[in-house]
Amino acid sequence: MKLAISISGNTLESPFDPRFGRAAAFCLVDSETDAWSAHANPALSASGGAGVQAAQFIATAGAQVAISGAFGPNAYDALSAANIQMYLAPSGREHTAAEILVLFKAGKLSKAEVATHAGRHEGHN
Amino acid sequence: MRIVVASGKGGTGKTTVATSLALAAGEFVHFMDCDVEAPNAALFLHPVLDQHQEVGILLPVVDESLCTYCGKCAEICEFHAIAIIGKKTLVFPELCHGCGSCTLVCPEKAISERLDVMGVLESGMTATGIDFAHGVMNVGEPMAVPIIRQLKKWMPATPPAIEIRDAPPGASCPVVETIRGADFVLLVTEPTPFGLHDLKQVVGIARELGIPAGVVVNRDGIGDNAVEAYCTEAGLPILLRIPMERRFAEAIASGRTLVEAAPEYRQAFLTLLENITARAAV
Repeated sequence: MKLAISISGNTLESPFDPRFGRAAAFCLVDSETDAWSAHANPALSASGGAGVQAAQFIATAGAQVAISGAFGPNAYDALSAANIQMYLAPSGREHTAAEILVLFKAGKLSKAEVATHAGRHEGHN
Repeated sequence: MRIVVASGKGGTGKTTVATSLALAAGEFVHFMDCDVEAPNAALFLHPVLDQHQEVGILLPVVDESLCTYCGKCAEICEFHAIAIIGKKTLVFPELCHGCGSCTLVCPEKAISERLDVMGVLESGMTATGIDFAHGVMNVGEPMAVPIIRQLKKWMPATPPAIEIRDAPPGASCPVVETIRGADFVLLVTEPTPFGLHDLKQVVGIARELGIPAGVVVNRDGIGDNAVEAYCTEAGLPILLRIPMERRFAEAIASGRTLVEAAPEYRQAFLTLLENITARAAV
């Protein structure tokens, strides 16, 4: 299974980044082989809709699971549409992506069933 | 001539100055209350609002039977309001700014547009012959700019000699949109640190847009001399001073304009208008 973990760095040993849309980068890891690659998040400097853009990015990269500290409403809708499961990791930066991977494999991470916070764009329907 | 009355800080007296300026200027004035989040100039000028028009932005509607998921719409959208994920096209209405780029670039003509109503424009004449218009944004809407943009285009049939735009408070997009295209920015401030702080921000906007500006010091006599010192240093003319007086506050709290409560100020506002005319960009 291919995981996308939000990180602030460029390796599997980089600290976890608890933000999704505005994460510095994503570490893509194959949970069977532990093969990983790191990719700068193209949504980091987006003027708006960062959650949507980040979701599109990891969906295109083939992720089936997203692990972050929080998922806003737009990111949640976009990831759900892509059938990407969302898991929440402890939101501190003290963990590395490798440690988060261990927690995921051990079944210690909880699934995000709804958006975890309001977006930056409340408003019209 | 298009005059914007702005301030930065809320409650400095934008509407007090704008309404009295309009009354002093007499006929052929088109007054626009651009504070669409909380328009209040109508409370002072009492127009008979007999024209109403819904306003909003055009949101994309994707016909899935025509969509080939090429992704051109998602690529062009600066706000990521439309996304292609696998074989799905998602529209995020609250991110959309209504620019229409996605509709234009779609090679399959799979995108149509629907009006997302954000508020209403209203206009009518006042008893003294001012052509009045304002926008009223629906509660909960996040974006005032599209309403202000359309309000600015909603002009009377006869072009007015003078257009007065009462700006929203603050120094963000709605204020920039209100100031854009004006010939003069009249900055109403008060001699307090907060008044000065926000005055500087709006001066920055006016200068960025290349529009001449002048200052009205309201509640003159309170606070400190920092506004005065800044204006001298920045080369900003102080065109009018309105002292802090209880009778003004009472009049405005009861819905009367400054020139109605204190008719001796009518001449001061006429002089203000002459000074603006001499300094304006036209």
